[in-house]
Amino acid sequence: MSVSAVTMTPQTEAPAALEVARLALARDLRLAFRKREQLIQPLAFFVIVATLFPLSTTPELAQLRQIAPGVLWVAALLSSLLALEFLFRDDAHDGTLEQYALSGRSLTWLLFAKTAAHWVLTGVPLALTAPLAGAALGAPAYSLPGIVVVIATGTLALSLLGSIGAALTVNVKRSGVLLSLLTLPLAVPILIFGARATELAIRNESYAAPLELLAAIVVLCLTLAPLAAAAAVRIGLE
Amino acid sequence: MTWTWFHRLGSPPHVYRLAARLTPWFAWPAGLLIVAGLYGGLVLAPPDYQQGEGFRIIYVHPPCAWMSLMVYTTMAVASAVGLIWRMKVAHAVAASCAPIGASFTAATLLTGMLWGRPMWGTYWEWDPLLTFELLLLFVYLGYMGLRASFDDTQRADRASALLAVVGVVNVPIIHFSVYWWNSLHQAPSVMKLGEPTIALPMLIPLLMMFLGFTLYFVAILLVRLRGEVLRRERAASWIREVVMS
Repeated sequence: MSVSAVTMTPQTEAPAALEVARLALARDLRLAFRKREQLIQPLAFFVIVATLFPLSTTPELAQLRQIAPGVLWVAALLSSLLALEFLFRDDAHDGTLEQYALSGRSLTWLLFAKTAAHWVLTGVPLALTAPLAGAALGAPAYSLPGIVVVIATGTLALSLLGSIGAALTVNVKRSGVLLSLLTLPLAVPILIFGARATELAIRNESYAAPLELLAAIVVLCLTLAPLAAAAAVRIGLE
Repeated sequence: MTWTWFHRLGSPPHVYRLAARLTPWFAWPAGLLIVAGLYGGLVLAPPDYQQGEGFRIIYVHPPCAWMSLMVYTTMAVASAVGLIWRMKVAHAVAASCAPIGASFTAATLLTGMLWGRPMWGTYWEWDPLLTFELLLLFVYLGYMGLRASFDDTQRADRASALLAVVGVVNVPIIHFSVYWWNSLHQAPSVMKLGEPTIALPMLIPLLMMFLGFTLYFVAILLVRLRGEVLRRERAASWIREVVMS
């Protein structure tokens, strides 16, 4: 994994970037499974927020079903925001991020791998927990697979979009509120399309259109967000 | 040779003096246009047959809304210039833009709400334009919050510039999604401002207000820019000459 190996054989740069990204992904996953509380806390937060709504409005399932898409999405949004703060935090503190930037490998690919790991660790568990919260809020059984797909797609977009804000605020102390202020307005389209798709799924109608728009946002974020996040990390290291 | 004017814009003392010299050239026409436009719009123009006197908000509200987006565009272009050519003055322009843009956005919201009370019967309606302006205000606040969170001016400049550029990609998507959301959840019963046919005595003051607001923005920007340059260059020797003279 020496830097000189890359500079001496430039024709192998592209596969090397992917290989390094795969290693970074594997490292992040391994680290996360050793610190399980970081995995479980956002999930517990998600379930608690979803629980607050029946307690603060009404326990009647018929009425809860009406607000279920909004509740699920607000809870998912807040939970992923909470987890975003830790996306780059530890690696920035122990200098790993700096080494990534200095390694001569593509920082864009490395950050993309970190963001992908973040989604696997927070978005996917969230999507798998969502049917539980959804069913508790009166979502019918036929809508649950749709909810999993929609939340999984939406959290991927959120992780990618949020990686920019997380990279910008990585050196800011107590950045939680600022990160939310930066990310939430930009995340509004994800919220709108995601909640709409969930609503259609609960009504047993076709939710393809909003899901496709959500997927379009994912594609846009896939292409641009890692570039912007890499630029932001470089600014932070200057 | 022809690009020397552009390169000279990289020099803070030059920009400071240029801004001082240009300010009256924008401030006076802005003042005259706004006074004339207000007189033409509030006194001379006839009341609207549908909205009565209430339509006169058109002379303040749409120009404010136009400025809220135009200032963001200016800020993003200045940020991109600052990022690409590492031009300090461009970052100072972007930093000066943000509070002006946030103020125009707040003014748009306020005038929209005042107009909504007699027209819709409520101060707040989840109208796509108003909702979008509210989100735009949060985007401005986020930008200013990020800028304020750094002690180092250079780092603040570059980080917030990147955010402004990201916002330029995202703001149209927010605009589109808010419209899409609104068309699903609300019957299109709200009255629309700015119908395609508008009488000439109403139109001329409106155009004067648009131009007046734009010039006013440039004048305020130049004043703020001078303050920003002074703050950034406070350790430089040319400041003493400026202050002493």
